[in-house]
Amino acid sequence: MAVIRQKQLRSATCGSGQSSPASGRGISRRAALERLAAVAALPLIVGAFDEAAAAPLNYSLKPVAITEGVWVLYGVPEAIDRNNGGAIANVTIFDTSDGAVIVDSGPSKRFGLSLVECARSLTGKGVARVYLTHFHPDHVFGNQAFEAQALAAPQGVIDGLATLGEDFASAMYHAAGDWMRGTELVLPGKVVIDGVEEIGGRRFVTTVLAGHTNSDLIVREATSGVVVAGDLVFLDRAPTTPHADLPKWRSSLEHIARIDAQHIVPGHGPVEDGFRGAVQTREWLAIVEETIREAFERGLSMNEAMTSPLPDWTKSIALARYEFERSVMHFYPKLEAGNWPRVDKPI
Amino acid sequence: MQLTKPIQASPGMSRAVAPWAGVNMRFGLLGACLLAISLATAIFWWPASAAAEGADDPLGSPMWSEMKAQFFANASFVFDDRVKVLVPSIVENQAQVPVTADARALQDVRKLVVFADLNPIQHVLTLGVLKAEPFIAFRMKVEQGTPVRAAALTGDGVWHVGGVFLDAAGGGCSAPAMARNDSDWTDTVGHAQGKLYRELDGSVRARFRLRHPMDTGLARDNTPAYFIEKLDMRSDAGEQLATLEIREPVSEDPTLTMVVRLPLQDAGLTILGRDNHGEEYRSVIPAGWRQSAVGAAGAAAER
Ligand SMILES: [Zn+2]
Repeated sequence: MAVIRQKQLRSATCGSGQSSPASGRGISRRAALERLAAVAALPLIVGAFDEAAAAPLNYSLKPVAITEGVWVLYGVPEAIDRNNGGAIANVTIFDTSDGAVIVDSGPSKRFGLSLVECARSLTGKGVARVYLTHFHPDHVFGNQAFEAQALAAPQGVIDGLATLGEDFASAMYHAAGDWMRGTELVLPGKVVIDGVEEIGGRRFVTTVLAGHTNSDLIVREATSGVVVAGDLVFLDRAPTTPHADLPKWRSSLEHIARIDAQHIVPGHGPVEDGFRGAVQTREWLAIVEETIREAFERGLSMNEAMTSPLPDWTKSIALARYEFERSVMHFYPKLEAGNWPRVDKPI
Repeated sequence: MQLTKPIQASPGMSRAVAPWAGVNMRFGLLGACLLAISLATAIFWWPASAAAEGADDPLGSPMWSEMKAQFFANASFVFDDRVKVLVPSIVENQAQVPVTADARALQDVRKLVVFADLNPIQHVLTLGVLKAEPFIAFRMKVEQGTPVRAAALTGDGVWHVGGVFLDAAGGGCSAPAMARNDSDWTDTVGHAQGKLYRELDGSVRARFRLRHPMDTGLARDNTPAYFIEKLDMRSDAGEQLATLEIREPVSEDPTLTMVVRLPLQDAGLTILGRDNHGEEYRSVIPAGWRQSAVGAAGAAAER
């Protein structure tokens, strides 16, 4: 079992806004209440409401030091919504003598700009490099705050973004609302392959895997032993599967379990020293796959399948039922198309 | 679009939605945004001005009196919890929202109608129950959060109405647009896949998928309406077990779950279909566990 070590070497609050201890990152509770009150007092006109909703939203980023010169901005264990502004995924910041190196840029332009400020306040430097682990919108829409040449991702991530990015942007606007204002898709200017990039005294070992999507980058920084696993690893938050390839995901998890890692940063969930995240992700995927297949083989409809019982241990996993329902919607059509025999006959 | 959420904010309520684009192309009436704003206004007004309007409706829909008139005319109806509608707690893909309507807790159901108050086309489908259970699962397109209802007509002429509100707000890190690959749909239209499953009570559960674009005719690209409008579930002897009237909101490649009382000796379930262009489709799903299915499925298929 993993030894959990969450020592706070140095913690800080980034961003210009007040942080609210109660609500963590995202709009403060008080601000939210004030907005709600303002809304209630408004005439029922769409435009007027939009003005009220445009009251300043501010991600108050709270970096948590995981080892010397490495911080994580934790995403909240929630679905993307208008309270959290999509800040649900972890972002990692490394201090190097050439500037900050960041893994994943967050959900929006506004987040990206706060992230630059945050990195500067932590390191006293600008940003030398931003690696993107995969193409999901909660990890990449902060890109606008950076030079395209500073943004680096595997070719598969860049291609995926080019194809799906506009749809992701619409979906994010729909889900997170005004937090997304001004956000546009920016494609990375640098392609990452398996290898090592030395930046300011640190060694970033990049490995391109797959399974959560068709291209998932993991970044291991050799001097600190910090491994940023992206969404190949979730911890205490249910994994998402909209673009999953389960066999590939499993072999990527096997790969991760063999890495010499001091600290593993999951895409969502707490940083730990051991492999609890990788193990839990593997177990979750196995349960989901098995439960959905069983429901499918009994002939259940999707809605019936969604009510299948899940094992007790999943009760402590945030969004377990939510992600299970989503996974039913992701996997059922493939099972139907792939398993049922053709039955049409000539007239 | 901005309107609905803060007012109806329900923390912890899960939400994720597929991007608009794909849906929009196929289903958009005025374009997703325009429509969303107008509907959002309607929802916003709900508690205040529509209170009287939806007073007798457990879901408080401003459209309820119109729905009543459209689906029940002068017939009597009751709200009845025994008529269940299952929807996911999140809309993952607005073009493919799974819905199950189940009135098996009622006796003597003749018809099961599914409709969605706030859809551009409200009527989704009507199941005619002959030798079948009042049960249907399918996927549908939605533009916006909407009540999704099932109304079961019993032999005494009363409609029993159940339903839920489908929350389509939110979205995010989710499936990409399921835009159809236009280059190859003509090759696959009419292809069917399916399987029969044994129910404990001896009835037969049929799951079935028929490839068809199901164009609503409402898309901005002027794609004309092109959809499966009728399916007939029959025994080997040609007896009708259930009928299904399908409307535009049913998703591309309709994928259905039904429960029929297939005669014990029958080798398979025959499904006859027709689209609004008059094209006919025929499928036979074998009851693989039955002795008769072994040799006879082929024979049934030949008929
Ligand atoms: Zn992801």
